[in-house]
Parts: sequence; structure tokens; C-alpha cells
Amino acid sequence: MKLSPLDTLHRRLGGRMVGFAGWSLPVQYEGALAEHRAARTQAALFDVSHMGQVTLRVTAGEIETLVPGDIAGLAPGRQRYTLLLNEAGGILDDVMVAHWPDGFVMIVNAARAAADLAHLRQAFGDAAVEHGEGRALLALQGPEAAAVMARHAPAAVALPFLGLAEVAIAGVACRVSRSGYTGEDGFEIACAGEGAVAVAEALLAEPEVLPAGLAARDTLRLEAGLCLYGNDIDEVTTPVEAGLAWTIGKRRRAARDFPGAEPIADQLAQGAPRCRVGLRPEGRAIARGGAAIAAPDGSEAGIVTSGGFAPSLGGPIAMGYVRRDLAVPGTALGIEVRGQRLPAQVVALPFVPHRFAR
Amino acid sequence: MAEIRYTKDHEWVRLEEDGTLTIGITDHAQEALGDIVFVELPAVDREVAEGESCATVESTKAANDVFAPLAGRIAEVNEAIVEDPGLINRDPAGEGWFWRMEPEDDAQFEQLLDEESYEAFLETL
Repeated sequence: MKLSPLDTLHRRLGGRMVGFAGWSLPVQYEGALAEHRAARTQAALFDVSHMGQVTLRVTAGEIETLVPGDIAGLAPGRQRYTLLLNEAGGILDDVMVAHWPDGFVMIVNAARAAADLAHLRQAFGDAAVEHGEGRALLALQGPEAAAVMARHAPAAVALPFLGLAEVAIAGVACRVSRSGYTGEDGFEIACAGEGAVAVAEALLAEPEVLPAGLAARDTLRLEAGLCLYGNDIDEVTTPVEAGLAWTIGKRRRAARDFPGAEPIADQLAQGAPRCRVGLRPEGRAIARGGAAIAAPDGSEAGIVTSGGFAPSLGGPIAMGYVRRDLAVPGTALGIEVRGQRLPAQVVALPFVPHRFAR
Repeated sequence: MAEIRYTKDHEWVRLEEDGTLTIGITDHAQEALGDIVFVELPAVDREVAEGESCATVESTKAANDVFAPLAGRIAEVNEAIVEDPGLINRDPAGEGWFWRMEPEDDAQFEQLLDEESYEAFLETL
């Protein structure tokens, strides 16, 4: 099991450690609901050091051979959400690409890091791909995140959504982006592993900030309608099916010069056979990933890929894939939970409106 | 003092004066589950076998079954925990009880773990 640079801090704070994608990380500290609410009403600090930080010594054009995003148009000081695709248009991983003054950094999912590194090295050669092992990544999220950051790194507060800045926090050199995985305003803070405890302690010393674990991270991202790789997207899911066609740059769409461009162009023109949707089950029972979805006539409609209790809404929510003809908000469907068919309605995503910085 | 016994599935079973048994989950169980957000209880009058899944509790992360510690008939269920699942976290041994049952065989209660044995079992985990 890999240990985060913050491992001893988690244990000192009473974190309940669990295995996640080969890493030992806190699923919660005091309680997942309180941690969720902290991120929605004040600020929460997450350790996301398990995510891979990969420096790419390549050109924007070279990165574009693997992703459909407009990387050539990504200005220095900005980052962008994009997808590593296979030749069938399936999603190998969903990633952030940051354009720093000295080059590109790709942030990849922990569960996909090894596969992504192999893929990137095959494309660009070993020397051009450097895995920042041992580095830390923290996420400070919530409506008070900017007020907290203002006390430590005022320059970061001036950033627009998805802007990047190099700052010092608690005397530690950090690379900060205005981004996150909760739907709230916030910052993701990368630094060397040795400095991570000082940065985390400085932020946790602020009265608005609560440490938060994986459970709150999952309920927050689900409410925000954000995909979890391995649940909501995978190698047999295309960006069109996943509702992520917006990540395909306009120029890229016209040029069809990314992996899987032809099958994806076909789906863009004709519509995907299945679509990712939001679902609101009636009542309180929770439909989790893997639950079958039935159409009104009883026929097979699709499958739930993520589901849980939404603390902000006080009830269950889910995401899943359904046949295109059933993907319209308001459509009444059924979800199979423990032998019973729960009535559920297709709803627009996100469940909780995003409140990113402008 | 009513007599309380325990199971290795982290349930407590209290013998009431009328011979019925009240069942809930232990403090250890609620602590391990984390914030409980949903509970499904058995139907009243349902006949259950020992070890049969009677209730479901969902925390923010996962669903877990609660099993019948012994065979019998469900006499009453605690609707208050359906309305407010957090009761189980706040008061697992009191207001957070799950159901009351009439045991098929009164002698079975004696075979459950006493407090000392349950504490000893927790030490082994």
C-alpha cells in the first residue's frame, strides 16, 4: 500500500484509513456528512496525493495526438480537463493538463497512473515523461476557500477558474490551480512531499477548514455530476455517451485528428446509443453502481454507475447510462434495488449547481 | 436491569420483561459504519430465521445487512430511525434500536455472547 506524504498527519487527525487504488487514505475523520457540509458551506481540505503528477516534456501538438482537447490553444498559466482516448473512442482516463511556464503537467487518476504512464511513454519516449512520485496534492474546496487562501497566498485568489500560479504557502513552494472535484470554488495545491505537512497544517489551522476524506469527496463530486473513472467512464465509454463531448476542441472536431475521431464523429452526427444521465430515486433507498435500470415498459434501459446519498439534498441520487430515447429529463424509470423496483426520474446534471470562480 | 447479549455481527439483543427481544447495532458497529443515511426495516409479523438479513443500513459509503440474531417473529420496528437514521449514530444502544421480536425458542438468547465475551471478541478484531 502506498502512503501519502500526509500519512502521519491523517493518523494524528483520527482519519479512518482505507485502501483506495493501492493507496492508504482517510475515508473520513470525524464524519463524512460534516465533512461534506464543510465543503459546501465553509471549506474542506482533501489529500489527493494519490493522483499522478506527470511532467511531459513534449509540445502541445504531441499531447494532442492522445487527447481531443485543444492543447495548442491552452495559454500558459491555464489548465484544461481532457481525455486520453483509445482508437475506438473509449476513455483511457480523464485528466487535467496544466500549461506551466516550463512545460505541461498532466494530473491522472491513481487507479490509471500505471497504464497512463505506459501509454504516455510509448507515445513520447521514456525521457519525455516524468512521474512526480512522492509529490503531494491537496485540494482546498468550498465557498470560504478563497478567503482562507487570501491569508496565505493572495496571488492565488486573483486566479480565474482553471488558472495557475506559483506561490509559497507556509514557506513551501506550491503550484496552485483554481480547480477541484466538488463543484465548489477552490484550489488544488501541488508541492514536494517534504513540504506537504507544513502546507496542510497551515490551512487546517484556519477556523473555516475541516479535513475531509474520500467519502465526502465522492458525495460532493456525485452531487456536482462529475464522473469517477472506473465507475462512470471507462475504456468502452465514449465522450459522447458520457456527456463529455464539450471537451472536444472545435478545431479538433473539424480536423478529426485524435484517437477514435471517426467513431466519435459518427456518434456526434447520429447520437450515441446510450447517454449518461442524472437519476433521482423516489423515497430514501439508495441505488448504487451496478443496479439495473428498467424502462416504463419493463424493458432493459441501462445501468447505474454511481449512486449514493446526497447530503445537500437529503436523499438519494445516482448517475447511470440509459438508452438515448430515455435520456430526457422527466422520464420515469425504475431502478432495481434488493429485488424491488424503485421509481426514479431522469434529471439534468449537476444535482447541485456548480459555484466555480469566474 | 434488562439483560443484554451480543452477536459477532455487532448487534445487541435486550431481553425485555415480556420475553420479547429488542435488537440494535453496537456502538462499535455504528462507529465502523460512519454516518448512517438510510435504513430499511423488516415488515412487522415477518417470521425470520436465525442469520436471515432483516434490515439494511446505508452509510455514506456502503450498504450493510443487519441479521436476525435468532429465529422468531418481528413484533415491532423503530420507525424513528427510518425518519432520522442519524439516531443510530447518536444513540445506538437506546433510541437507535431497530426492531423487537418474539423468539421462537427462548433458550436461544442464553447462547448469545455476554458483554464480557463480546468485548473480548472486539479485542481480536
